[in-house]
Amino acid sequence: MTDMTTEQLLDVTVNVNGVPRTASVPARRLLSDFLRHDLQLTGTHVGCEHGVCGACTVLVDGKPMRSCLMFAVTAQDHRVTTVEGLCDAPDARPCATGERMNPVQQAFAECHGLQCGFCTPGFLTTVTAYLEENPAPTQDEAREAISGNLCRCTGYQNIVKSVLRAAEIRTERLGEDGGEAGYAAAPAARHTSSSANGGERA
Amino acid sequence: MKPAPFVHHAPRSVEEAVDVLAQVGHDGKVLAGGQSLIPILNMRLASPGHLVDINRVAGLDRVEVRDGDVRVGALVRHAELEHHEGAYAALPLLRQALVNVAHPAIRNRGTTVGSIAHADAAGEMPAILALTEGVVEAAGPRGTREISPADFFLGALETCLAEDELAVAVRFPRFSPGTATAFAESARRHGDYAMAGVAAAVTVVDGVITDARTSFVSVTDVPSVLDLTEVLGGSEPADADWAAAAEVVRGHVEPEADIHATADYRRMLAGELARRVLAQAAQNAATTKGSSH
Repeated sequence: MTDMTTEQLLDVTVNVNGVPRTASVPARRLLSDFLRHDLQLTGTHVGCEHGVCGACTVLVDGKPMRSCLMFAVTAQDHRVTTVEGLCDAPDARPCATGERMNPVQQAFAECHGLQCGFCTPGFLTTVTAYLEENPAPTQDEAREAISGNLCRCTGYQNIVKSVLRAAEIRTERLGEDGGEAGYAAAPAARHTSSSANGGERA
Repeated sequence: MKPAPFVHHAPRSVEEAVDVLAQVGHDGKVLAGGQSLIPILNMRLASPGHLVDINRVAGLDRVEVRDGDVRVGALVRHAELEHHEGAYAALPLLRQALVNVAHPAIRNRGTTVGSIAHADAAGEMPAILALTEGVVEAAGPRGTREISPADFFLGALETCLAEDELAVAVRFPRFSPGTATAFAESARRHGDYAMAGVAAAVTVVDGVITDARTSFVSVTDVPSVLDLTEVLGGSEPADADWAAAAEVVRGHVEPEADIHATADYRRMLAGELARRVLAQAAQNAATTKGSSH
């Protein structure tokens, strides 16, 4: 086995939530650990670390992927959206606390779609991307859409309700926006000045 | 649950990838989607010293729908192939099987060629390669070679690829006119490893079954094709003896027991799934006469 003290370090740059972020990491650094340890973005949760639970799901170029099943070095130059970036979407709105929430976050809050919250970041990213693909799911489709994410608290009923409610909120807000679609269609205002390519859609 | 240290290689061409593989030999492993490999590394069931990451190799990300087959490059993600309308029109079996490959988030990253090269007995796509009598295209220092499923799969998680060879594409041949397909599997949770799965291709000409075959997931060591034409040939889909076909299937498969199901249960499941997919494929073949699915 390679000596730990001589382990190769690589400069990895990933566009995270519209901002290019660079860290010097070993090749074996998982994307999940890159986000949490190197970038201090601890919103992404790590559950099983072998792809079963879905808690660590982030959006890579807009598509949900398991961050525990990717190396940071493979995400080089790609665009990653974590749960922290969801509130930057054009259809996010300020909530009672003053923080912004996208339609899925709003729906999970309204429908009690979480209890302990550990699995929630993975559900939020998964459902946000799913509604882009299917803006008006049926209950069965909503259930299928979350089949790759485990929750040990809720029994899923309120999560299914949250998916359906999120679709409603999203549609309402689309109307307000004059039809502009997509959580990742534009980088957040507060990131715009430092964003190199945050507005690109892959 | 972290991988052991390794040296990361990021070749830009197939030639470069093959060169690196030849240099690192047995201590090297190819990384494409990594959806099977990275769990193995995280759990330290394997700790190769070198990973040859082919994600930046140019030219491997194409799906080509051609007259005789669908050719899938080594970097085509399952989800891309699943949603490819041209591939679906040419070979509906691809989508029929791909929607059963893990969960969408895994399909967004994992590759079809990688799944075949991984050769897991519980993998769907090796069974599809076998049923279509497909071809694996492998590049190595001595040039490229084309490998049939029978030669490619040596055992569970074992293929005939040499240490310095890279699977650059697979080809799934289209079925003859009058053929329709179906796929079904049973898992404890949709998207988990199947306890058993069956793919079927049935050809109906002038209202009569002329060819019927199946391949299997999770109940055979290597993907094998069972020809059921002797049992079903000459029958009309409406009154074919599906029970007799299921009996032959139960005799063919060699399931193993684990904590989720006994070998007998899996054997029963394979027979029942075969009965369903054979009947469904035959019915589709009879109603879509003349089309290639």
